[in-house]
Amino acid sequence: MDVEILSRLQFAFTIAFHYIYPPLSIGLGVALVVFEGMYLRTKDKHWEQLTRFWIRIFALIFGIGVATGIVMEFEFGTNWAAYSRYVGDIFGSALAAEGVFAFALESTFLGVLLFGWNKVSPRVHFFSTVMVTLGSMFSAIWIVVANSWQQTPAGFKVVGEGMTARAEITDFWAMVFNPSSVDRIMHVWIGAFLAGTFLVLSVHAYYILKDRFVEQSKKAFGVILVIATISALAQLVSGHGSANGVAVNQPAKLASFEGHYDSLAVADMYLFGWVDDATQKVTGVKVPKGLTFLIHQDFTTPVIGLNAFDKNDRPGLVNFVFQTYHLMIAIGMFLIGLTLLSLFLWWRGKLFNQRWLMILFSFSVLLPQIGNQVGWYSAEVGRQPWVVYGLLRTSDALSENVRAEQVLFSLILFTLLYAILFALFIYLLNKKIQHGLDFSGTETSKHEKNIKL
Amino acid sequence: METFLTIELGTWMFLVIGAVFSGYAILDGFDLGAGTIHLFLKKEESRRIALNAIGPVWDGNEVWLVIGGGTLFAGFPKVYATLLSSFYIPFILFLVLLILRAIAIEFRSKEPMLWWRKLWDIVYSFSSTMIGFTLGVVLGNVVLGIAIDENMIYKGGLLDIFNPYALLTGLTVVALFALHGSVYLVMKTKDRLSDRLVNISKTAGMFFTICYVLLSIATLVYVPHAAEDFKETPILFGIPVVTLLLLLNERWLIEKKKYWLAFLSSATLTALLLVTIAIGLFPNILISNIDSAYSLTIDNSAASQKSLGIILTFVLIGAPLVLLYTLFLFRTFKGKVELDDMSY
Ligand code: HDD
Ligand code: HEM
Ligand code: HEM
Repeated sequence: MDVEILSRLQFAFTIAFHYIYPPLSIGLGVALVVFEGMYLRTKDKHWEQLTRFWIRIFALIFGIGVATGIVMEFEFGTNWAAYSRYVGDIFGSALAAEGVFAFALESTFLGVLLFGWNKVSPRVHFFSTVMVTLGSMFSAIWIVVANSWQQTPAGFKVVGEGMTARAEITDFWAMVFNPSSVDRIMHVWIGAFLAGTFLVLSVHAYYILKDRFVEQSKKAFGVILVIATISALAQLVSGHGSANGVAVNQPAKLASFEGHYDSLAVADMYLFGWVDDATQKVTGVKVPKGLTFLIHQDFTTPVIGLNAFDKNDRPGLVNFVFQTYHLMIAIGMFLIGLTLLSLFLWWRGKLFNQRWLMILFSFSVLLPQIGNQVGWYSAEVGRQPWVVYGLLRTSDALSENVRAEQVLFSLILFTLLYAILFALFIYLLNKKIQHGLDFSGTETSKHEKNIKL
Repeated sequence: METFLTIELGTWMFLVIGAVFSGYAILDGFDLGAGTIHLFLKKEESRRIALNAIGPVWDGNEVWLVIGGGTLFAGFPKVYATLLSSFYIPFILFLVLLILRAIAIEFRSKEPMLWWRKLWDIVYSFSSTMIGFTLGVVLGNVVLGIAIDENMIYKGGLLDIFNPYALLTGLTVVALFALHGSVYLVMKTKDRLSDRLVNISKTAGMFFTICYVLLSIATLVYVPHAAEDFKETPILFGIPVVTLLLLLNERWLIEKKKYWLAFLSSATLTALLLVTIAIGLFPNILISNIDSAYSLTIDNSAASQKSLGIILTFVLIGAPLVLLYTLFLFRTFKGKVELDDMSY
């Protein structure tokens, strides 16, 4: 295998693994703010227990998020040196802003959040929780700005040629507010809220099924369900906004999303299907002329198809992009249905008796996770063969001196390490969930000591 | 070239990055050093206290590395790209070590079994030590200069990186961090544990002194451009003298139980080491030992003036904030470590 494939595999693997954790951190942060806020207002013991329980889970998730994030920051230099020189001006400023304005905030107050329960006043502790959550949301802004710039570059000029060509900032705010950043920050944030809220919902549904901590779980489930419902609906609106942006800025990507080849034809929208790149045919269930309508609000205007682009200028894995994109949307629709139905049953006071629904919720934590992963796959693979859309090809972005054996070595190393890390993560998460909410009372403190010492 | 307070923006950027990495070495230095000496503490309770002494702060300390990486990427993209891709394997190992360390700290306390805790203690100590060592090896190579050609592409092999000079620099950094970390722990502990740590800090101090003297001699012998600097500006000979004085002073402060001041001296030692290197390099950043015309300098590798201006503005706004958070954090957790139900 060549350096390009290996480096792409390594980047995709390490970022996808990292991206399991940030959405959970951001979403759980929001849940923690709600729980702790309720505790401060009501002084109700149940909210305190919920807060302390979820802080422990948060600590575990956040820790792995930090550990795997640092890899990403340095991987641009190790594997993508040509890319780093090209985008340094732009990408570097975003990354520096992220460190100074987001990570510093996040990690400092994290110390107080995790270790300060008995050291600072409840208000200061709550303040720290809010700061950590805000910090993690800020960090999402900057990294998504950097990524969006690669998708839809703006506010720059290219200086030099060949080896020395590089993008220089001409207008900082145009770079930050490039055509796709706002849409995508929203979409990523909401995706994170879904990931976090569904983790909470699934754990408490599990407790309700097992008849443990039922009162606390019902309280938690209710508030979080409201947030999850709003997020699920908002995600549809935000995703639609993104799709319209892609239609304007990255027509080849949009055409891959729907497997649309012929520029003279009106375009259909598929619910699901299979693309055969050789025959350029899609088989599946479709809304005829749906894509045309979504983009042009009529049923007659053609949509630019893949054949309008040279083979070397459009994504190769059309079916892959199609499948990941449709899976994301299917999950989005399913979550909307699920949350609306549950909200209705909750209002009628019947929610918690529906065993099947509680079982479904116990597993539902996987859905936003998958949604977040496949969403990124379609956005990133749909951007190929460009690393900076229309400007720099992925194949020109590599480190010139790094050889295939070296990348193979690091890829194997990361794979082994992350496999162990993931197994331990699941083991410890499960253990904490099994242990449950009871640890703050005096009768448990002896038990705690035994565990700790 | 634009200037700010009569100094060029590129030079400011060089200073800022130097300051951030010094901050990193001072802050993460003590928690890495605490890791290095961790296995010398034998009792479970001592180890828990030592871990909880760094518990609330180590992650914040590591952010300085993240900020350093970000500002280097932004300020000198060519240096970031060339440095990281030239040292591909060492940096990958460095990243793996950082992950191992984070999970060792995180996972150790999650199970009561003795073998589990021993295992993570070893991982924690090994990774903390090797992180300092790897950084030192890279630093040593930066001082020596590396084989980069006219296109900023590394032409050397993997073994060139692990040359004796770089290895010695690695050892020196490990010793320095061990000293710094043990003094930090002395400050955060009491009674017999504290006494034990005072002894450990003595050993670490001796180890560092030996490494430092050897390194200084090796620098004069093997690094011609550094030796030249020293010949041209004899006042630079003051630096090793000051370093040795600081070391003696630190010993004295520990004897007098002025631990906070002792900690400040090893922090100053750390900064001094990096300042010495920065003076030696300036205005180069990455020296090419193929041909000095290929070296990456402040002028030929800085980002655009506009971009430098933006990043420096961020730093100007951000630095006071970061300092404020850091002070708040250290104030909240000041004093000796007490274990409670939120501890590791
Ligand atoms: C949607 C948001 C998001 C995305 C797309 C990414 N990250 Fe991330 N990252 C976070 C959201 C986040 C976070 C929520 O802020 C984390 C996760 C848990 C945590 O501790 O902070 C984090 C941690 C984290 C850290 C450790 C920070 C610390 O020490 O506190 C670094 C250096 C990075 N990330 C860097 C990256 C890079 C270079 C990425 C892209 C290639 C990236 N992240 C994608
Ligand atoms: C966290 C969310 C992200 C996910 C899940 C993700 C996913 C992916 C995937 C799957 C690939 C491989 C594409 C392919 O090989 O065809 C890729 C490539 C890449 N992405 Fe992302 N990405 C994310 C965020 C980012 C960000 C924030 C940046 C930079 C700002 C970025 C920059 C790149 C680069 C440089 C490559 C390598 C070149 C390439 O193969 O396109 N990604 N990403
Ligand atoms: C409900 C209908 C949805 C629609 C119409 C939609 C639409 C889109 C579109 C068009 C993109 C590509 C944007 C680009 O390349 O610039 C995208 C990306 C993405 N989607 Fe969705 N999406 C939906 C639901 C979801 C859900 C439920 C999740 C996860 C919980 C999700 C997570 C993501 C992520 C993480 C990305 C990559 C980041 C980005 O490009 O914004 N989406 N989505």
